[in-house]
Amino acid sequence: MAAQNPLLEVRHLRVEFPTRRGTLVALDDVSFTISAGEVLGVVGESGAGKSMTGAAIIGLLEPPGRIAAGEILLDGRRIDNLRYEDMRRIRGKDIGAIFQDPLTTLNPLYTVGRQLAETMTTHLPITPAEARKRAIGWLDLVGIPAAAQRIDSYPHEFSGGMRQRVVIALALCAEPRLIVADEPTTALDVSIQAQIIALLKSLAREKGTAMMLVTHDMGVIAETADRVAVMYAGRIAEIGPVRNVVKQAIHPYTVGLMGSIPPLDRRVERLAQIDGAMPRLSAIPKGCAYNPRCPKAFARCTEDRPDLLPAGATQAACWLYAGEGKTNG
Amino acid sequence: MPAALDLEFSPLFAFIISRILQALPVMLTVALISFAMFAYVGDPVAIMLGQDFTEAQRQALVQDLGLDQPFWVQFGTFIGNAIQGEFGLSYRLSRPVSDLIAERAPATLELAFCAAAVALLIGVPMGVYTGLYRHSWLSRFFLTFSLIGVSLPVFLIGILLILVFAVWLGVLPSFGRGDTVKLGWWSTGFLTWTGIKALVLPSITLGLFQLTLIMRLVRAEMLEVLRTDYIKFARARGLPNRAVHFGHALKNTLVPVITIVGLQLGAIIAFAIVTETVFQWPGMGLLFIQSVNQADIPVMAAYLLLISALFVTINLIVDLLYYAVDPRLRLGRGQGAH
Amino acid sequence: MTDTLRRFFDSDVWWSFTRSPITIISAIVALICILGAVFAPWIAPHNPFDLASLNLLDAFKPPAWTEEGERAYLLGTDDQGRDVLSAIMYGARVSLLVGLSATLFATTLGVTLGLLAGYLGGKLDALLMRICDVQLTFPSILVALLIDGVVRAALPREVHDQIALFVVIFAIGISEWPKFARTVRGSTMVERNKEYVQAARVIGVSPPRIMLSHVLPNVLGPVLVIATLNLGLAILSEATLSFLGVGVPATQPSLGTLIRIGNDFLFSGEWWITIFPGVTLIAMVLSVNLLGDWLRDALNPKLR
Repeated sequence: MAAQNPLLEVRHLRVEFPTRRGTLVALDDVSFTISAGEVLGVVGESGAGKSMTGAAIIGLLEPPGRIAAGEILLDGRRIDNLRYEDMRRIRGKDIGAIFQDPLTTLNPLYTVGRQLAETMTTHLPITPAEARKRAIGWLDLVGIPAAAQRIDSYPHEFSGGMRQRVVIALALCAEPRLIVADEPTTALDVSIQAQIIALLKSLAREKGTAMMLVTHDMGVIAETADRVAVMYAGRIAEIGPVRNVVKQAIHPYTVGLMGSIPPLDRRVERLAQIDGAMPRLSAIPKGCAYNPRCPKAFARCTEDRPDLLPAGATQAACWLYAGEGKTNG
Repeated sequence: MPAALDLEFSPLFAFIISRILQALPVMLTVALISFAMFAYVGDPVAIMLGQDFTEAQRQALVQDLGLDQPFWVQFGTFIGNAIQGEFGLSYRLSRPVSDLIAERAPATLELAFCAAAVALLIGVPMGVYTGLYRHSWLSRFFLTFSLIGVSLPVFLIGILLILVFAVWLGVLPSFGRGDTVKLGWWSTGFLTWTGIKALVLPSITLGLFQLTLIMRLVRAEMLEVLRTDYIKFARARGLPNRAVHFGHALKNTLVPVITIVGLQLGAIIAFAIVTETVFQWPGMGLLFIQSVNQADIPVMAAYLLLISALFVTINLIVDLLYYAVDPRLRLGRGQGAH
Repeated sequence: MTDTLRRFFDSDVWWSFTRSPITIISAIVALICILGAVFAPWIAPHNPFDLASLNLLDAFKPPAWTEEGERAYLLGTDDQGRDVLSAIMYGARVSLLVGLSATLFATTLGVTLGLLAGYLGGKLDALLMRICDVQLTFPSILVALLIDGVVRAALPREVHDQIALFVVIFAIGISEWPKFARTVRGSTMVERNKEYVQAARVIGVSPPRIMLSHVLPNVLGPVLVIATLNLGLAILSEATLSFLGVGVPATQPSLGTLIRIGNDFLFSGEWWITIFPGVTLIAMVLSVNLLGDWLRDALNPKLR
């Protein structure tokens, strides 16, 4: 690890949901870092814990979910144990958020200008008039045509793609250093997805904003992310530079995931598929969570849980790469 | 800029017109029911003639009342009269129904107004509070209280209040309006001390049930809205709780709450019948229940028409409030472009 | 059968029942009310309708625990020397009978019309929903009052007294059906477009059978919740009508009638004649409402 602190550091994060049939562990021992200006892609199937990780970072886990162990540090300062009011000052100002569905993320009863202005006046020492001027600037920046006129429009007067642009402006307008983008293009038309991703990417680069990009679209990751974390059943299976994870995946799960994407440069007879389904949180198997589906599983995989270990250019939680197999146990 | 003014007003105007047109069939249906009651239930001729009459007298009355005319002609006359406030004579009191209602209306309207004020001014804040702080002990207390409230029949609330405040403590009157002051044809109880004292127990009685209902509905709406993505997003933007709760959440609960409150105002008028019976309050409700007991059809028909006119008006006001709160209804504004 | 029972005791509904003391208490109170009402002729200490056993010397006796009370009359007696406790038990019988019948009537009517409107759609649907809209603008108590008033005016007094009970049941039932129809219609429209119903249609299952065996079971949950909450409301409506003197006939006094009769003696200090029937009414309705509330939450985990 470099001498300088990473922008965001998540250490051994564990999120639990108490239910009547016992406690569900939604996130288990999740650790990763994001450096300033870096884009970390987070991929995995639905329910793997991607969105949960994002919610934990911005401090908005849905009750009864709670952080049971681990720490989250922003600039070396713990933020997971802050009081609500202190965390509120960080949300929007230091960590921005983008949600999945732009049709439901904007308050239908207020104009987009008002929603932008209130976000800025909450976090920045500026007057309402200044906020309004900047709001027009932001709308312009995210590509809303005739921003000066559209600022007094209500959300329902915009299309889905335009609304997501407004959401992006809202997330960025207090100039946070980190954006948690939770599937920002999933709810959009395919034709618009690329535009939104391109916009996010260019804005993040321009403002030097780091981003945690949650998605299940490997194409988006390959295009946008610097590094990528693959999640499975509430744990990180593999994390590393995007090129290595995509081209030379180490973890059998990542290999399976990549094999199920049709390549563009050659024809294949049939795509690989992973048998079975991800286990429910209430029935995560002992040992490695992936062992029942893993083609390479061996005895140890059903007994001990693998930690993230350096394997080639990436880190993988897999016993296949545990040095000689036993030294690292 | 007169042109711009035109553009601002015309959708609202069209909106009002369309709502009135929608209300018209309802009013006509109610009028038809009223008329059918009037014309076919019981035998008005026999009731008005009393015991001794000749066939000629009977024929004369039938002609006089227009009962020999075809149905639709009679219905037309009925509506024409009703629009002029003419509902014939009460069988029971042999006085014009319109006079009876004009005498009684102020008492009922003042009572309903006070009850609605009690229900709204206390019910809405309680609903907001229990929605926001749903695990606090005060919320639990309010909720328990509200559940008892919706299970208490209006007349029992009245009886209990009378027992405690009139019989045992003897601090408030148990029946009547106290002294009233005439303002033109309107008699008001607001201007005398006894009039105000007389309003207290009936208003609480009538308002309590609505209060608990409004509180529960506002709470449910609040919980619903607090779960939405835009509230989560407002939190994710770091807005202070005050702005999230009262700026974003409360305003979004307003639309359904307005509907409910509109419906509840109707219910207040209906339950005024019960309250007025318990407190012998000389309003339209008491008049109505006496008419039901005595099968005094003209009064019942007039009351029904009047009440439905009132409901239709309330609904129109509700729709206008919607229009003011929710920009999505204000069509014709903005380009709606992509 | 045992399998069904086991599934029931393993279900979330049963689990949430055992976790809610208020619900258990409500169920017990409701059960006491129902048992007391149903078995009134056998367990009531006196027969309040047996004129021969009434003695005016026993009139206005206060409850047994007061100084002038008598042990024979636990909750005191009314102006005619009737035992208040027995009168309450017989009254609760009438209240429950009317409440249950009216709810059953409203449920049957509302579910049937809702199924038809939702499944067939078109003009019938538009017409039925319009009627619902209009009727829902009018508070149900007003509708019930009007129907009762009209029937009263249309029929001679003797005939009316004979069928008064049915008139009240009809009036309350007819004023409550739109709630059922709306809910059922909504769920039916959702179910109708699901694949399994489409499939049933394609293989030629007749519409009535599709409605009964595929659509109906799916809307029963919400109907059960509305019916429970509506039972409380129907009992209240009956009590209100009877209190206003237009409900059940005087020969079959319900709790509402008892309260009205007792109300006349409130000022002279005989509070027990009206308060005990009142408390019984509240206990009955409150317990039913609490059960309905619990049922709604238990069947709708999302709402918690």
